[in-house]
Amino acid sequence: MRIFKNLSKDKLATISVTVIVVTIIVGLFAPFFAPHDPNQVNMSLRYASSSWEYLLGNDHLGRCILSRIIYGIRPSVLWVLVALFISVLIGAVLGFLSGYFRGKVDAFIMRVCDIMLSFPGYVMTLAIVGILGVGLGNILIAFILVKWAWFARVIRTSVMQYSELEYVKFSKASGISDLKIIYKHLVPVTFSDIAVISSSSIGSMILQISGFSFLGLGIQAPNAEWGMMLNEAREVMFTRPELMLAPGLAIVIVVSAFNFLSDALQVALDPKLLNSKKRPQQKSPTTTVKIQKKEVAH
Amino acid sequence: MLKVKGVKKSYKKGGLFSTERQEVLKDVSFECENGVCLGIIGESGSGKSTLGRLMLGIEKPDHGSILFNGKEVENREVRLGNISAVFQDYKSSINPFFTVEEAIMEPLIIKNKNKKENQSKIDQLLYRVGLNPSYRNKYPHELSGGEAQRVGIARAISAEPTCLLLDEAISSLDISVQTQVLNLLKELKNIYNMSFIFITHDIQAAAYICDRVIIFKDGKIEEIVEIEQLKNVQSDYAKQLLQSLITF
Repeated sequence: MRIFKNLSKDKLATISVTVIVVTIIVGLFAPFFAPHDPNQVNMSLRYASSSWEYLLGNDHLGRCILSRIIYGIRPSVLWVLVALFISVLIGAVLGFLSGYFRGKVDAFIMRVCDIMLSFPGYVMTLAIVGILGVGLGNILIAFILVKWAWFARVIRTSVMQYSELEYVKFSKASGISDLKIIYKHLVPVTFSDIAVISSSSIGSMILQISGFSFLGLGIQAPNAEWGMMLNEAREVMFTRPELMLAPGLAIVIVVSAFNFLSDALQVALDPKLLNSKKRPQQKSPTTTVKIQKKEVAH
Repeated sequence: MLKVKGVKKSYKKGGLFSTERQEVLKDVSFECENGVCLGIIGESGSGKSTLGRLMLGIEKPDHGSILFNGKEVENREVRLGNISAVFQDYKSSINPFFTVEEAIMEPLIIKNKNKKENQSKIDQLLYRVGLNPSYRNKYPHELSGGEAQRVGIARAISAEPTCLLLDEAISSLDISVQTQVLNLLKELKNIYNMSFIFITHDIQAAAYICDRVIIFKDGKIEEIVEIEQLKNVQSDYAKQLLQSLITF
């Protein structure tokens, strides 16, 4: 609640949160919001410009672009969020284990991470897609397999930095169990770091999944996905450039909303903004007696 | 009560495959009885704080044993509610997300689950360390250094431990606050009959509060001396240490 309060003071953050929440809701209830069936071909409306019935116009097969954008939220944003959540979860568990317990556990987990990180991300994803086959599910699995090591690394560093602090030492000394220390002391302080890294990496993940769909490795036609829509529009890039606008803008808006949110979260999660009680707002010392110029001057 | 027997500790120097180790503690043995205030004095880097960490069970010694009432202190159950600590750095001594009340409540709740009793106890504790009950709902960044250190002490004594370790607990405070805290500690010792282990590099503070002093150098005990006998120390290092003292 406190986070939302702090965020609401920041206009840009409020707009970002609104954009994200609206996107998610529209994506979840796509059938209710989409005016048409996204896969319905209507060749008579090929490349039609926007009209009241088709607000964003029609594509090369006469399909409703708005409906396709709305259905495209599901793979482009919602499934990416799921993949992100799972990889952050794996990364957090391993990161907390290695950062808190150190020693051999840490050495083992970090060497595994090193191995994972030594492969370039795109190549690794391509290899996994090559093994498992083309499809959105496989790309998401590839993402999880590639990303968790990076999250584990970053979270471990953050945990290490906080687990040396005196209040953690005090809790250890007074015999409080490790699980309780992690839950009560380390999770809240590292949460801001985790929130910031995950919200900043979601931008790159959305772009990547669009990139893979653009290459034809992600979701398969005729299903809608923003990157694939861009790919389809590419063929008519010079004759009908407006077809690129809708999916391109959708990607740009959502990615920047997540990036702005991650900036704002960094500020909003700062405990220094916690105040025990509302400070009485200082009233500017406006004098009740107004001295009128004429009366004084004479 | 707290018994340190033949403790050795060394840390690895250098990277992953280096075998070079730096010895920090070399065969340390002593004993601290109930209700005694034991001072550990030494210069920076002499291994006092490492010894403190070992006695708190945060780290394990390489050799030897540290026993609390005859049981290994490494065991969490042994420490629970019996040992407590105050550290030097008051800035990070309280979780930034906790209010003063939550911070003090943390060790209290282990011993007694009854919230109402604990609430009234917090008032009492705050009063004892010279803070107003209105401090309960403050966050650490709203406290000054001295106040934060007092909250740290209140938290440390909240579970009424039998042994309290103070690792440079007053070194970062200014002199007027130092005496206040020292007086407070003396008072608390009389009230709760705790034993203190007072790690410091400040001989004057140690002389003020301790019953017995261990002079520590390069990971070894140079001399153990009763406070009344502090003038008649035997070893060269202890003599040198006392001479280098600036007296006002």
